[in-house]
Amino acid sequence: MTAATGPGSLLIVIPAFNEQEAIGQVVREIRETTPGVPVLVIDDCSVDDTAALARAAGAEVLSLPHHLGLGGAVQAGYKLAFELGYEHVIRMDGDGQHDPRYIPKILETLRTSSCQMVIGSRYIDGGEEHTSFARGLGVRFFRLVLRPILGQQVRDPTSGFVGVNREALSVFSRSFPLEYPEIETLVVLQRRAFRFVEVPCRMRRRLGGRSTITAVKSLYYIAHVLLGVFVNVLKYERKHKKR
Amino acid sequence: MEGLLNFLTGVAVVLIAMVLVSVRRSHIRVEYSVSWLGAALTLLVLSRLHPVLVYLAGLLGIGQPPLALLTLVGCLFLLVLFRLSVIISALKDANIAMAQRVAILEYHLRALHEEIQTRG
Repeated sequence: MTAATGPGSLLIVIPAFNEQEAIGQVVREIRETTPGVPVLVIDDCSVDDTAALARAAGAEVLSLPHHLGLGGAVQAGYKLAFELGYEHVIRMDGDGQHDPRYIPKILETLRTSSCQMVIGSRYIDGGEEHTSFARGLGVRFFRLVLRPILGQQVRDPTSGFVGVNREALSVFSRSFPLEYPEIETLVVLQRRAFRFVEVPCRMRRRLGGRSTITAVKSLYYIAHVLLGVFVNVLKYERKHKKR
Repeated sequence: MEGLLNFLTGVAVVLIAMVLVSVRRSHIRVEYSVSWLGAALTLLVLSRLHPVLVYLAGLLGIGQPPLALLTLVGCLFLLVLFRLSVIISALKDANIAMAQRVAILEYHLRALHEEIQTRG
């Protein structure tokens, strides 16, 4: 992968940790759907063949020297994309849940809207059939929490199918939530008066591997994200008062 | 309660010894040993100075001086732990940034290497 080729350049970023069962197919599907668009897999120090399979499927691989977690991996991809001059980055999961056929729609919305971020949402036009009950509950809870903070409704705050433009890339390459970043990211953007929009997407079943969020971890997830959201709100308040 | 004070004196002495040995063997850096030594010395001094302890217990409204000592030292160690959490958080941030930088530099190196091989 070389530097961005010009205005409107797009990079697909896929954070992956032990995704050898799915990563090859995910990369191939993306390359078939969006030929010529570079795909960057961020290998978060997997202990399986994720990196090799991603390379074999035609992706570039950014290998982290040790496991940083989802946020650290995504931010590494954003940093590289920013350095290489890309205008747009779309982040997808490495487990195959995100359908690459929605990439053009997300990109188009990024280009035509004045929003800095576009979220692929499973809760518009009924794309949530493969969503677990627990996740559904969590999503409803965070919708309620985020509504007054963001000043607008977000239907799928936990979606990892996200496109960002260079403005957002500039912010995220400097500051990005490190664990469970999706929800906190919305607050970070909102605090900078950036805007986001959701486009309908249909999510699929995982092609392989298991979710890292277990029943016990989901409680930790809720507490962690809630704290992260309020810390971000407080950060803004302090900065605001200083002015 | 005298037994408890003697026990706390022993704990303080052992803690001081552990910190000093660790510093000497470079298992702990000097700057991080200071807060532990300060807390341990406070525990040692207060556990041996009964009049001071009685005065502090009166200030805190605690009937038993050894319990006042435990409360004070507990608070002190909480502060030490909090300070260490701040340090660990800063180190983790620096570590993540460095790991990302290493990965990106490695990526550029690999790209350069491939380019040179293609040209050669």
